[in-house]
Amino acid sequence: MIRTGLKRIYIGLIFLFLYAPIFTLIVLSFNASKTRAKWEGFSFKWYISLFENEAIIQALQNTLMIAFLSALIATVLGTMACISLQSMKRKTRAVLIGITNIPMLNAEIVTGISLMLLFISLGVTFGFTTILLAHITFNIPYVILSVMPRMKQLNPSTYEAALDLGASQLQAFFKVVFPDILPGIISGFFMAFTMSLDDFIITHFTKGPGIDTLSTKIYTEVRKGIKPEMYSLSTIIFVTVLVLMLLVNYTPKKK
Amino acid sequence: MSKSRKMLSLPFLFWSALFILIPLCMVFYYGFTDKNGSFTLQNLFAIATPEHSKALWEAIKLSVVSTIICLLLAYPLAMILSNIRTAQKSFIILIFILPMWMNFLLRTLAWQTLLEKKGVINSVLSALHLPALNIINTPAAIILGMVYNFLPFMVLPIYNVLIKIDKNLIHAARDLGANGVKTFLHITLPLSISGVISGITMVFVPALTTFVISRLLGGNKILLIGNVIEQEFTVTGNWHLGSGLSIVLMLFIIFNMVLSVVTDKDGEANAI
Repeated sequence: MIRTGLKRIYIGLIFLFLYAPIFTLIVLSFNASKTRAKWEGFSFKWYISLFENEAIIQALQNTLMIAFLSALIATVLGTMACISLQSMKRKTRAVLIGITNIPMLNAEIVTGISLMLLFISLGVTFGFTTILLAHITFNIPYVILSVMPRMKQLNPSTYEAALDLGASQLQAFFKVVFPDILPGIISGFFMAFTMSLDDFIITHFTKGPGIDTLSTKIYTEVRKGIKPEMYSLSTIIFVTVLVLMLLVNYTPKKK
Repeated sequence: MSKSRKMLSLPFLFWSALFILIPLCMVFYYGFTDKNGSFTLQNLFAIATPEHSKALWEAIKLSVVSTIICLLLAYPLAMILSNIRTAQKSFIILIFILPMWMNFLLRTLAWQTLLEKKGVINSVLSALHLPALNIINTPAAIILGMVYNFLPFMVLPIYNVLIKIDKNLIHAARDLGANGVKTFLHITLPLSISGVISGITMVFVPALTTFVISRLLGGNKILLIGNVIEQEFTVTGNWHLGSGLSIVLMLFIIFNMVLSVVTDKDGEANAI
């Protein structure tokens, strides 16, 4: 009894540690004061002025657009890679997976500066495209990581059986292989989306002067003081995701 | 059929070459050359200057301490979580991923509000008549920020390995007379070592190379090697020196990567 009690307290303390800053930000979003130093009463005003703050809305649009496009493209490229990697020799596969994993294992600052140097030498203008290309690059390993295990579990005979029974390769893939690896593809997409959304370091090195994502905008605001609208925006995002996740997890599954 | 399947890998191979390998080669090119494009080792040796070696040493110290704290906090947590029978794996992972939806910079900044001299934590402490905690703008605050940000990367790999351990092995050890400590040392710990190593890599590398956490919680007073490199690229504009220092930093990262590849051949300790 005492042991389970202690275990619960331990889990509770860790979650307090993980979620304390989040509660703080939610509370700050309702603070009437403009500074985070003192509490001046409950207010919704930052939620209203948020929608009038064009710079923040623009940064939000950029962030979502880059997260969506980079996750989508990385999912397509990563899934294609998994299909072809599966038919390669063990050694070739290990080398190729090793290369794709570099952005995931390497320091983000090194990935960031290496891409910055590439874009400079190619003469590409820094902006939306460079951020997008960088995000696709670091998202691909997350997709491979979640699709590959599904690929390995597949029984190759079902695919061959489909071919023997007269299905074309594409038909066999979409009717037999695809449904089995779909859960891996979906979780890979969401993983990539989340990673892109939360990224600051690589964006910092690959963005141009005229464009901001939420992360880079917050970073430039650090010195002047964060606009309270940022707190209300992140509260909205967090609560939306929380509700969605709870719905997905607690909706009774149809059988 | 295998020919058309191999064709599918072309876009991915092209992508990896252009956006992973070539950029890394460019870091090496810049690191080993000077402004006139001639070969030099000066950018690498620059790490030995007092200013740079202090920043590197500071970064190593703080990241090693954070990694150890993460491991000590995460292992018991992962063990408790892996023994909850009713818990779904996806739900536990979700709890650790969820904070990422609130921006990482804002979450780290929130610690300023919590840690400040008259911040939330000190108000609670003074209400309880406990001594105040004055760690904001000190190395301790940076360590806290590192542990806070990277703890999930330690918990998830260990948890993933622990849930795969056959419970019968543990029961067998207990039946044969081993006590709890012995069972842990001889069965659970050796079987989970790949998760531990994977967790250490996933925490140590970002902690060693961060420039954001030190900037937000260190009050601009503490420079880590990450801050120095970032300055070289965005403020000073000396890409050669920045690349040289990055190469030195990468030696640590490569050592770490090799360690994790050697101990985790099947990739079973992945974070997802």
